[in-house]
Amino acid sequence: MRDITFTILFVWYPYVCLTVFLLGSLIRYDREQYSWKASSSQILRKKQLAWGSNLFHFSILFLLFGHTLGLLTPTSIYTLLMTVEQKQLVAVIAGGVAGVVCFVGLSLLLHRRLFDVRIRATSTRMDIAVLIILWVQLTLGLITLPYSLAHSDGSAMLILAHWAQGILTLQPVDPNTLQGLDWPYLVHLVLGMTLFLIFPFSRLVHIWSAPVWYLGRRGYQVVRTRRVLTTGSVSESTRQPAELRQ
Amino acid sequence: MKIRAQIAMVLNLDKCIGCHTCSVTCKNVWTSREGMEYAWFNNVETKPGIGYPKDWENQDRWNGGWSRKRNGKIEPKIGGKWRILANIFANPNMPEIDDYYEPFTFDYDHLKSAPELEAFPTARPRSLITGERMEKIEWGPNWEEILGGEFAKRSKDVNFEGVQKDIYGQFENTFMMYLPRLCEHCLNPTCAAACPSGAIYKREEDGIVLIDQDKCRGWRMCVSGCPYKKIYFNWSSGKSEKCIFCYPRIEAGQPTVCSETCVGRIRYLGVMLYDADRIEEAASVADEKDLYGAQTEIFLNPEDPTVIAQARADGVPDAWLEAARLSPVYKMAMVWKVAFPLHPEYRTLPMVWYVPPLSPITAAAEAGKMGTDGSMPDVRSLRIPLKYLANLLTAGDEEPVAKGLERMLAMRTYMRAKTIDGVIDEAIAKKVGLTAKQIEEMYHIMAIANYEDRFVIPTAHREVTEDAYELRGQCGFTFGDGCMPSDTSVNLFGGVKLKNDKSKAGAHG
Repeated sequence: MRDITFTILFVWYPYVCLTVFLLGSLIRYDREQYSWKASSSQILRKKQLAWGSNLFHFSILFLLFGHTLGLLTPTSIYTLLMTVEQKQLVAVIAGGVAGVVCFVGLSLLLHRRLFDVRIRATSTRMDIAVLIILWVQLTLGLITLPYSLAHSDGSAMLILAHWAQGILTLQPVDPNTLQGLDWPYLVHLVLGMTLFLIFPFSRLVHIWSAPVWYLGRRGYQVVRTRRVLTTGSVSESTRQPAELRQ
Repeated sequence: MKIRAQIAMVLNLDKCIGCHTCSVTCKNVWTSREGMEYAWFNNVETKPGIGYPKDWENQDRWNGGWSRKRNGKIEPKIGGKWRILANIFANPNMPEIDDYYEPFTFDYDHLKSAPELEAFPTARPRSLITGERMEKIEWGPNWEEILGGEFAKRSKDVNFEGVQKDIYGQFENTFMMYLPRLCEHCLNPTCAAACPSGAIYKREEDGIVLIDQDKCRGWRMCVSGCPYKKIYFNWSSGKSEKCIFCYPRIEAGQPTVCSETCVGRIRYLGVMLYDADRIEEAASVADEKDLYGAQTEIFLNPEDPTVIAQARADGVPDAWLEAARLSPVYKMAMVWKVAFPLHPEYRTLPMVWYVPPLSPITAAAEAGKMGTDGSMPDVRSLRIPLKYLANLLTAGDEEPVAKGLERMLAMRTYMRAKTIDGVIDEAIAKKVGLTAKQIEEMYHIMAIANYEDRFVIPTAHREVTEDAYELRGQCGFTFGDGCMPSDTSVNLFGGVKLKNDKSKAGAHG
């Protein structure tokens, strides 16, 4: 029974989540542009947002990149720079600091969303659910820290990294290798995958639209031209963005 | 030289009676929806006052518009691109809904459902955001109507800079004017520049600045970028919205709703030709007082054959060139020079201009203490301080405003002499640098203001830019998702959460 559960949760579930994540995002982007947004509530209440949102976003981005880098860098590559033990220490310290900062920010945001009457009234159930899941997920992440310090050899980290790399390379590892992990790691994994699952149905889609391209815009202004129709190029006829030199 | 055309607007404040018909008709057409209750694409402010949203003209506080750097380049006052992105998680320059007002409705139903009472039942206010009771309404879109509120508060108006404002708090010296405001459809819009998604754009063919509702991600930097605070964040849809200059009407050759319904006939719409290559140059001049002049320099004379030839080469249709020659906006802004931009010091090169209001002569002048210049009173003895108008319209430069006011006074004096005394007094015209013929034309357009003289709007040529075959079977105006109703209660992707049925009916009725 335990074996089957592990197979479902750590071999099948990740693919379900990833598929829904990618296909769902694609469909929503294609069909529902008007719903694609960051859902800012700053206009309704500034209080708690300046600190909460900044602490949360900067640290969660750090954690996101940290997880991506930490889980997906092949062992053979980072061991050129440092030992596995050293890497785990870096991960625990950097992740721990960012995690605590994120915890403060996220708690502020969650409190604001639940107890500020304006924000609560304008929240969708999904808005609240996302914040709660993120808060639980972050708390679980912080709970793993003492466990990680207990395995200072980095063994748990290696198991997790191999699992993640196996999923992405379509060669999932034997789920039994995960059976030795402590419960916070496992719940953290499942909840993490669940975040991917709900991603397309929540405000999280704004992550896809992080406007980094803004930095590459020539000048500042945007002008759109209506091209005069020429026969045979009907699809070209819709408005084309063009840049105004400035 | 790259010539583009824009439909620009002039508002003759001398004739505005502050009736708010423009605001109400605009609201009924465009913003009568959940999330946009507080959004007045057009509003009318009583000046002096801090305006709507509170204190909007104070750019030390809101950081709207552009600032000129030491190297002569301009960048949004809220910061360059890196800084804008760094502030994306919590925008430090954004007003809160309370800087506008918390939208409310009244418990109208109580009026008919209340049981028999000693006192008359009343309809008490209720928040449209939370649905909670509001004990007291603290602010609204027109809180300072007809100088409402104490002078101490209203005099925070930044246009008082350089004016000895204390005396205007005294009853005998009070002055007042109306300022209807809408999006300026700037040549150099900071909202568009600050939009990280590139969702805000200026239309090349008619200059209208729009927000692509599909591309807007709600990063809300435009709200801060716009110094006129004419971008409203829809708290329900999570996207920004702004005045669309009634583009579906403009395209059909009709005036905007605010212009069409203006009972004072103060609004004018006409084509302006401008040199798009010189926008940056004009917006970057060193001295703020030169910005008004710099903007007039990039406007092009529609009678000039070289301009006509170049405009044709740049794709401006002939009908638009013809309209440009008849443009009342060009006449008022460029020929008679009686219209001025609103706060040119923001460096956005606004395209909604204002004719400053004349005002009664002060008691001091009537008592002979101040000069009347022959038959015409000195514009400096008018009740509204010249400096105040200059702060509003020319970055504090009094000369152009004084000249504009003199020309309007001259028009009155000339026409009075003509119709009452039966005398044609060319000297009056000459004194203000105009000819009698020009004064008569001014009178015709500004005083008589016939419909066809106020609105000279060429139609857009949609037939050459859109294929009707592609548009067949579409749903017309929707909220950006074609025929998918993204606001239905059952929607996989969340859509828009509408809280009360009233708005639901209003939104897509």
